Amino acid sequence: MNLSWLEKLDRRWLFLIVGVLVMGPLLRPIGVPLGSSKPVKQFHDAIAAIPEGAIVLMSCDYDPGGKPELVPMTRTAFRQLMERHCRVVITCLWTGGSGLVDETIEGMAQEMRAEGKDIVYGRDYVDLGYKAGYEAVMVLMGKGIANAFPQDQRANATSSLPLMREVRDYSSFAMLVNISAGYPGTKEWVQQVNSRFHLPMVSGCTAVSAPEYYPYLQSGQLRGLLGGMAGAAEYEKLRGEKGSATKGMDAQSLAHAFVALCIVLGNVVQWTKRRTTP
Amino acid sequence: MTLSHDFGTWVAALLTLCIFSFLYKDNPLYKFAEHLFVGVSAGYYIVLNFWTVVVPNLYDPLYRAFTRHDPITHAVVERTGGPFAGSVGDYRGWFLIPGLLGLLLFTRLVRRVDWLSRWSLAVIIGVYAGLKTTGFAQGDLVAQAQASLQPLWGHDFWTSVNAILFTIGLLTSLLFFFYSREHKGSLGIAARTGIVFLMVSFGAGYGYTVMSRLSLLIGRFQFLLNDWLGMK
Repeated sequence: MNLSWLEKLDRRWLFLIVGVLVMGPLLRPIGVPLGSSKPVKQFHDAIAAIPEGAIVLMSCDYDPGGKPELVPMTRTAFRQLMERHCRVVITCLWTGGSGLVDETIEGMAQEMRAEGKDIVYGRDYVDLGYKAGYEAVMVLMGKGIANAFPQDQRANATSSLPLMREVRDYSSFAMLVNISAGYPGTKEWVQQVNSRFHLPMVSGCTAVSAPEYYPYLQSGQLRGLLGGMAGAAEYEKLRGEKGSATKGMDAQSLAHAFVALCIVLGNVVQWTKRRTTP
Repeated sequence: MTLSHDFGTWVAALLTLCIFSFLYKDNPLYKFAEHLFVGVSAGYYIVLNFWTVVVPNLYDPLYRAFTRHDPITHAVVERTGGPFAGSVGDYRGWFLIPGLLGLLLFTRLVRRVDWLSRWSLAVIIGVYAGLKTTGFAQGDLVAQAQASLQPLWGHDFWTSVNAILFTIGLLTSLLFFFYSREHKGSLGIAARTGIVFLMVSFGAGYGYTVMSRLSLLIGRFQFLLNDWLGMK
């Protein structure tokens, strides 16, 4: 079969096919089966093992570029923590992320309040907002959380919030849940906090940074790992939710299969060309 | 289907379509959206950094230290000692030093005194080099080397296979980067085996990158279909 015409194929056809493959399942879901991988189960189980009422640090280090992958993880992790009656202190080390993180957390809290759950800002969760300084902030937090964050995202004095009166430094937290889009993120939390202050840690990250963090999972520095939209969707499945990550997985699977097909075809074309060219 | 009545959603949707139009070919609509994005982002980040970094981290503490009043409520701040009687977490007037170092960075705009900015850069580079080095040593070098020392005979057959594969991959990949001897003979075989493991890791990395980029596309389509067109 002569496939040489593929070499001259206008790339816009590929864009169109990817567009159709993504939009189609979003309009009419096809229900591609979804499993639960070991790192995702570990993430879920690590949070499930936190004692009720414990205080958890949740650092949401991303900006709107990471929204499709990381917001679903943030929502599901926050809900799981709240359902375990954990108290959550939220921080953000990305300049453009604090507004999105606050909107996500507050949206989730309102949904849970509408379900009749008693969740109060300042008592059950606190959003400390953004702080500039990357690793320096992480180290500074080790000398006192209020040192690094004298005010919360809503300009309340940190010391005036009931939850923050129980928080001194990293020793006050049972676990660090890091949702990370890159630098600063999981790598820096592992280097500066997990290894130095021995705070147990789980991570949810963008797919592009997941391969870099798997060694931390293998070494036990991370207790669990969610990689990209697939990780978020598997986590939603484990929690019995059907969020935006689950809804996007049909499109993700089809488009991914198409990219794989293009790679195979590209290699076949090059291989046949090499064989026929003297 | 219920079209959004929100002006912001319409602006975001139309700008998304302008950006998507580049997939057909470069055009003025794409250029407009691109330039708008760059300008708005720069302005947004400057304002955001001023109000979330400069004001709470520099202006407010200095105001409190020298006036003994809260900058927002203007209530009297009860403190012992003067503006420079600081301690860990209560730096008071000592914030003048980082403030001055921050201002020195702007001397780069004036050629005759631009050398002054090197003092600030020296502090920044010194602090971050120190933090990075100790963090890497503790978090990566020691912990990862320790985790690499796996028993080759584990609890079950597949654990052993995994450990043996891991060890072969680790050693041969390291040998690939050993350039002090020509890659011939047994070293050549090991290096070529290392390439196979490296290629597998690059392939996994590429697959994850594709997944990440597709997620961005899916996120935009979800926005267009759900938030803009209301097709939930």
